[in-house]
Amino acid sequence: MPEVGVAGDDAVRTTPLLERHRALGARLIDFAGWLMPVQYAGILEEHRAVREAAGLFDLSHMGELFVEGPEAGTALAFALVTDPRTLAVGRAHYSMICAPDGGILDDLIVYRLADDRYLVVANAANAQVVSDLLVERMAGFRAIVDDRSLATALVAIQGPRSLEIATPQTGIDLSALRYYGIAEGQVAGIDALVARTGYTGEDGFEVFVDMERAVELWDALMTAGEALRLAPIGLGARDTLRLEAGMPLYGNELDAATTPYEAGLGRVVKLAKPGDFVGRAALERVEANGPTRRLVGLVVRGRGIARHGYPVFADERQTGVVTSGAPSPTLGVPIAMAYVAPADAEPGTMLAVGIRDARVAAEVVPLPFYRRAG
Amino acid sequence: MVPTDLRYTKDHEWVRVDGDQATIGITEYATTQLGDIVFVELPDTGRALSQSAVFGVVESVKAVSDLFAPISGAVTEANGALAGEPELVNAEPYGAGWMLRVTVADAAELDELLDPAAYDALIAEG
Repeated sequence: MPEVGVAGDDAVRTTPLLERHRALGARLIDFAGWLMPVQYAGILEEHRAVREAAGLFDLSHMGELFVEGPEAGTALAFALVTDPRTLAVGRAHYSMICAPDGGILDDLIVYRLADDRYLVVANAANAQVVSDLLVERMAGFRAIVDDRSLATALVAIQGPRSLEIATPQTGIDLSALRYYGIAEGQVAGIDALVARTGYTGEDGFEVFVDMERAVELWDALMTAGEALRLAPIGLGARDTLRLEAGMPLYGNELDAATTPYEAGLGRVVKLAKPGDFVGRAALERVEANGPTRRLVGLVVRGRGIARHGYPVFADERQTGVVTSGAPSPTLGVPIAMAYVAPADAEPGTMLAVGIRDARVAAEVVPLPFYRRAG
Repeated sequence: MVPTDLRYTKDHEWVRVDGDQATIGITEYATTQLGDIVFVELPDTGRALSQSAVFGVVESVKAVSDLFAPISGAVTEANGALAGEPELVNAEPYGAGWMLRVTVADAAELDELLDPAAYDALIAEG
């Protein structure tokens, strides 16, 4: 039985797959108010499974906000930095919701499901904030927000064998579904939205179903993938996978004190779109003046692992701070993302990371660290 | 049941005493809690440890954890193999994954450590 906790603000929410995670030996943690699996067999093994075969993720903590109405696209274009009206039906794009001062309040995927119907997927930690902001910013538009976060489960299958595993489970022509495309249909006999999106740097699919059907979907995919080495993947490996892929994590690379331009995501902001949008004036100024810091990739060249919050030095001067860091399972070296002064952001620049008492050499490298073949 | 010839700390280090020499490592319970160990930082030979003070760090993929000295003493050897093969700590926490050898400074400190039954009870609580 799904036991979605809504008893009080302190109640930890659980996904309908909790018992499956327990049976698989998962270690569970409180993540953004949800009891989620951080690892099953081990982060390194899970990471490799996704790079080499496929992995299954429970992402039911994510927020699913359906926006509907004749002015749904126009309202979203006012609320977000992108212009969802430019999406064809069945297509998606990466977007952000910013404060009036240009600070990032969340990063999002916006899917166009029909002429007047969109799905906005928000991070778990920000789902309520985004839901409230969309309602507030859409006042006056002929559009409504249907927050189905607690009624919707999200299961992702990611990795080179995803297509092979998922295809027999659905009538949707998955091989014809393009990257950042979404289709409605059935998976394992369950009504679903299937998107070719993900957060791992691999090919794969994200499957949205009603919470009540999540266990059925999970079991069907786990069974279908057994012979092809499909492994359950926790949030630990999800983090190392996205880091190698150079994808930002809200709360690490992105926050309300950071603009899209600093994060190297200026291309996401559509200043040329018609009409005003929240944050436009501030973002136009940042775009014109250039950001005062830049997000870079670092490879640690000495002994030690750069971690979130560690200082970054150029000679004796602190030039910035590490936002995410981990040993890269694929590359075999410690990697990190960090904000540094624009003058120190060129690939090839040698910097140093303060790791406890030591300053350890680190080289600025282009992002992403990892790009899949083909 | 944990090995019966060792003494333990509540921070999940173990000590094996042989005359005035002691070997120090972390317990199997600690390694399963940490997950894949990818980096171990240990003090140089000659460094004086004081009981309960931080003597190094062990890092898993996700987290950095301090190592606490179970007893006071001078480091006579650090396990150099862990620099290249930190996974030895996961594989053999009581064997090849040992961390330090020290000269025991004060044998009375050993009495403050947990015996195997007490440590078993500690980890049974979670």
